[in-house]
Amino acid sequence: MALEPIQQVRGRAVHVPGNDIDTDRITPARYLKVVTFDGLGEALFYDERFNPDGSEKPHPLNDPRFKGASIMLVGANFGCGSSREHSPQAIYRAGFRALIGESFAEIFFGNSTALSMPCVTASKSDIEALAQAIEQDPGLEVTVDVERLEVRYADKAFKVNLPATAQKALVEGRWDPIADLLEAGDLLEQASARLPKAVLS
Amino acid sequence: MGKSLYQKVWESHAVRTLPNGQTQLFIDTHLIHEVTSPQAFGMLRDLGLKVRFPERTFATVDHIVPTHSLAEPFADPQADEMIRQLRKNVQEFGITFFDVTSGQQGIVHVIGPENGITQPGMTIACGDSHTSTHGAFGAIAFGIGTTQVRDVLATQTMAVSKLKVRRINVNGKLRPGVYAKDVILHIIKVLGVNGGIGYAYEYGGSVFDNFSMEERMTVCNMSIEGGARIGYVNPDQTTFDYLKGRPYAPKGEAWEQAVARWKALASDPDAHYDDIVNIRAEDIAPTVTWGINPGQGCAITDRVPDPALYPEAERAGLEEALKHMKLRPGQPIKGVKVDVAFLGSCTNGRISDFREAARYLKGRKVAPGVRAIAVPGSQQVARQCEEEGIAQIFREAGFEWRGAGCSMCLAMNPDKLVGDELCASSSNRNFKGRQGSATGRTVLMSPVMVVAAAVTGQVSDAREVFGVSELVGV
Repeated sequence: MALEPIQQVRGRAVHVPGNDIDTDRITPARYLKVVTFDGLGEALFYDERFNPDGSEKPHPLNDPRFKGASIMLVGANFGCGSSREHSPQAIYRAGFRALIGESFAEIFFGNSTALSMPCVTASKSDIEALAQAIEQDPGLEVTVDVERLEVRYADKAFKVNLPATAQKALVEGRWDPIADLLEAGDLLEQASARLPKAVLS
Repeated sequence: MGKSLYQKVWESHAVRTLPNGQTQLFIDTHLIHEVTSPQAFGMLRDLGLKVRFPERTFATVDHIVPTHSLAEPFADPQADEMIRQLRKNVQEFGITFFDVTSGQQGIVHVIGPENGITQPGMTIACGDSHTSTHGAFGAIAFGIGTTQVRDVLATQTMAVSKLKVRRINVNGKLRPGVYAKDVILHIIKVLGVNGGIGYAYEYGGSVFDNFSMEERMTVCNMSIEGGARIGYVNPDQTTFDYLKGRPYAPKGEAWEQAVARWKALASDPDAHYDDIVNIRAEDIAPTVTWGINPGQGCAITDRVPDPALYPEAERAGLEEALKHMKLRPGQPIKGVKVDVAFLGSCTNGRISDFREAARYLKGRKVAPGVRAIAVPGSQQVARQCEEEGIAQIFREAGFEWRGAGCSMCLAMNPDKLVGDELCASSSNRNFKGRQGSATGRTVLMSPVMVVAAAVTGQVSDAREVFGVSELVGV
């Protein structure tokens, strides 16, 4: 299965500040009552963005200056809590293609990588400097370079981190692991034959 | 240098190294439910794949089931569609399903252990972050996303990176009124909600040696709230005694062989750990949360933080939490008015939780104005509670006694907070909006503290409400 290699993500950025933003906040549980992921983009941060009567609250994603952004800047431990893939699916379906944060919760990170959406980490000060730059110029083009592990904007650049396995999966177009997993072939039957199984007895 | 259980299980389950450097790890047991599996089956169909080892997957329905009536169709058409999808999928692919009519339905992390499906040394995966619960048996259990649910269905393996292992010792004697829930809330408070990123937590020490299996499950369950995707306790005689005779546990000669194998899997005395944390049991108080993540907790006798006394970098987060919780800086947490009491969830919805809560609830009444809901973790727990007279104690006290499910832990069924109601909850998450109302407020605590809150109508110290001498602790 040929997948698109993700070497760079280029686009405008929006800053969603705060630490420990959990997946209940990213996609409230009532939006999980679906049997496909279609349409989840509208659920993104719903209760943070809208009042119960549907009117808008102040939120970076409601700010017209940042409409069309494809890169999200976040804080520490982003995506903690529930393993729901609905959260990265909603972020992706709302048009985002990369996240830059201080740190990411593990399950969220894995779910995002498998959707081809890199979650790179950077220092708080680098993220804040970039956030200030886009606040001053929301049209600023930002590049997340997955190959060189750096973020570039205007005449500036800073280093980012990404585990080597995720970097390789993205850059080589192996971010969806199913084809590689299926290649194990008979090794799967061999493993199943030797490993324990819960059997009604 | 010896090996940890994590290392041993990893080595025996590694199928091969993938091109990107991750390990293809075999998953012995896959648990699925209605919320995170339908899209995975959809992906499977799109790719023209089958379930590779259907006998290794077990399904139940827990998140969306109503707990007041199982009459179908469910009043919520979306919920009804989800249970019908799951039935279709398990039938088409030949998967064992603990349906609502089976008498064995319940929260996936309750029914796996009670049926003996969860066993030491197994790798287990489920599209639910509280899969870490199964680590109580010395299993390595992963919470996964839906794409990985597809991977496990299609190949019984998934692509994973090896974690470091942090040994957390809790030694000493817990004080009266201090429970397993307090132990894990304390650990998360000490190590932080992101302290476990990159680690599997191995829990040990005399407190864990003395814990029952259900107490170990409560702690392992909330590992993910500390950022650790995996938490486990080494298997011992307590583990074997719990499993013996359960429907899916090995029997006869196979049992003896299994026990010998399980004993050998426990971490070696000289096992290598990447980090070791020591906690004194005596330092742990009955603990409640005051904020919007499970690390924002304090002893019941404490005051909530005053942001002005903290470094500037931390203030915004503290202020946001206090604002949501409608608490004043520095106010005592004890005495905060409670609107709802919820007893249940995969953290504290097992028979021992209801037994302990009923001991103190017996003969008492829920305070006027408090809506109190008791939701057993499984149909089996519900039956036991009826047989032992526990359900009756709850009903007589004024609790609504419900059917099995996840219920108000995450409010995907009709059980929800309304407006800014404050809930004293035995569940695992106090995130904004978690219990079904964007402005709803959650205070996490042990089951006995939930009972204390229910009968007093406020966040209370169970040791005072019930008398410290009466509370034997564990």
